[in-house]
Amino acid sequence: MTSARLMDATVAPVVEATSPAFKQNVREALADRQLQEALGAVAPGLAARRGAARDALPEFEALRDRGREIKNHTLAHLDLYLELFEAKARAAGSHVHFAPTPQDARDIILNICRKADAKVVTKGKSMISEEVGLNHFLEEAGLKVVETDLGEYLIQIRGETPSHIIAPAIHLTQAQVEQDFRRLHTSLPRNRVLTEPAQLVSEARAVLRQRFLEADVGITGANFMIAETGSTVIVTNEGNGDLTQSLPRVHVVIASIEKLVPTLEDVGTLLRLLARSATGQEISTYTTFSTGPRRKEDPDGPQECHIVVLDNGRSQLLGTDFQEVLRCIRCGACMNHCPVYGAIGGHAYGWVYPGPIGSVLTPALIGVKSSAHLPNASTFCGRCEAVCPMKIPLPGLMRKWREAEFEGGGGPALFGLGLKLWAALARRPRLYHVATRFAVLGLSGLAMGRGAFRRLPFASGWTRHRDFPAPQRRTFQQLWAEHKAGVPR
Amino acid sequence: MSASDKRRERMYAAIRAGLDTNASADRRRTVETRMHAPPAPLVPQRAQKPVAEQRALLKSFLQGQSATVIEVATPAEIPKAVAGYLRANNLPLRVRAGTDAYLRGLDWRSEPALERLEGPAAGTDEVGLSRVTAAIAETGTLVLASGADNPVTVTFLPETHIAVVEQGAIVGGFEGVWARLRARFGKATMSRTVNFVSGPSRTADIGGQLVMGAHGPRRLCVILVAG
Repeated sequence: MTSARLMDATVAPVVEATSPAFKQNVREALADRQLQEALGAVAPGLAARRGAARDALPEFEALRDRGREIKNHTLAHLDLYLELFEAKARAAGSHVHFAPTPQDARDIILNICRKADAKVVTKGKSMISEEVGLNHFLEEAGLKVVETDLGEYLIQIRGETPSHIIAPAIHLTQAQVEQDFRRLHTSLPRNRVLTEPAQLVSEARAVLRQRFLEADVGITGANFMIAETGSTVIVTNEGNGDLTQSLPRVHVVIASIEKLVPTLEDVGTLLRLLARSATGQEISTYTTFSTGPRRKEDPDGPQECHIVVLDNGRSQLLGTDFQEVLRCIRCGACMNHCPVYGAIGGHAYGWVYPGPIGSVLTPALIGVKSSAHLPNASTFCGRCEAVCPMKIPLPGLMRKWREAEFEGGGGPALFGLGLKLWAALARRPRLYHVATRFAVLGLSGLAMGRGAFRRLPFASGWTRHRDFPAPQRRTFQQLWAEHKAGVPR
Repeated sequence: MSASDKRRERMYAAIRAGLDTNASADRRRTVETRMHAPPAPLVPQRAQKPVAEQRALLKSFLQGQSATVIEVATPAEIPKAVAGYLRANNLPLRVRAGTDAYLRGLDWRSEPALERLEGPAAGTDEVGLSRVTAAIAETGTLVLASGADNPVTVTFLPETHIAVVEQGAIVGGFEGVWARLRARFGKATMSRTVNFVSGPSRTADIGGQLVMGAHGPRRLCVILVAG
């Protein structure tokens, strides 16, 4: 069932989408040499490492089924697990806030920052915070917001958004980073050497260390919320999320409802899938379970812990075909294996979530009308579904969005006209046979004995990139009739 | 009803609207049963190796994740191993640790040049020393539970982190950790943070090239104690 309510977002997204200009975005991305260089340097390696990690764990495929079952069960009982989580988190001393909309999440978090009299806010990586446009909102309110994941920092200082959900700066080259650091870190010696990645990382570490120490509030996302313990979990390689949540007076977690899992056992299963699917690591360097603020006997940690649970339209997907997308654990494997993503990068998709998961999730969150190009931006090669640890049928869901878009009267006018013509012919078999016979004869005559066309009027979209095979004088139905009559070919 | 209560009600109502909450009166019982007795997870073979092999697996994964592993026969050798590692890496002979009784009880007088500070770490501390709650052979992962005995800042702020792993702390897989946490803190209760650490801090955010020491420690040294 595709619910009509999914056609349009109920509220306009707080983060503006350039998805309607997808075709223009793609042209620009393909012509962007730095982007093409950067994409070629990283994405293929991630896919290869995932393959090696899968091969090193014989149980990997069976674990995917277990992971899917865990998420399906949790989603079917989401209200009850949310209640359990809420109660346990409160018992551990966390404040639990509910944000039906992005604006609610922004207001709640700004309010927390104001109450804490905060000036500097550090942030761990969180796609949900991108979804609600948190940085911009807090900055407008006068706060200094500092992204601490290195990739997020690199794009923040450029005023950009992530182009990949786990490698947000995958679109940047090392040379671009060096230019940005020289432009921004002006208190450092001008003649310093920044030719190696390690030198750039060291510089960012030193700059950001100061921000960690001066922050009043630290905001992180969550990979999981555990109903059993009221804990939230983050997974990082840098350790930035830990400094973000352990040094300031106040820790704020922002997470969407589908991050819930019942027990520690379930987290174990999903952890066995997450890093292998994402980067090909056995496990990410840091996995941190956080439960409430510092305890009476603790010598460090935040004095307050707030958990902001975001819906933003996800509840509308429950009970629809698109519920399956809520199993996503945000590993990024689908984009690492996508030929379209590999060619155009993440920004061309025009909203927060790129790649195949974005092509299914974006229409659900901002409405298919303004993102209709995305579910069409697929070769349907099926690799995304083949590698998805949660076995989300991404191509099938894209097809459903195409149907929804068509039923909603979307799509190019010429496309609709063509389909109508085809339908008129297909419903009249005799007319169909005559028409195809003429078309086949005509085309094979035009080909003049060559097996294929290099150019064809009205089909330049095809022939610009490959030859169009020429028909061999007779239609399939003619051949079939001759075959049945025993005529030798 | 306050604005925050209204938002809460709205969200639960929206979730329930999509779920077939009338389909089965047993939904709540299903959840309670599963919470009480979670279905047995699929535990990979490599997490079920005999104890003797777990140690070798732990060591090889840790080394593969760029940690240094030092093996000692008894706890008495730990101070010497710590001092030796710091000297070999040209690091100051000053370590920051929590109030952990095991670490306190070691014979630190055997290394008089080694200074030991107790309490949470600050930005100026260069070396942190911890004792782990568990170590997971399956992935080469240390498990640290925060508290006065093991401040979380000791794990993340210093550039060098040294972690002591007793033989008895080694578990095959994640499931062994859950059992230990439940035994130590009680069922469904956790210390403020439980930290899984699988090597030194790293990033590949610049040109996809792996660099150690992004924000957390640049170096991780694991001391495996046999006795």
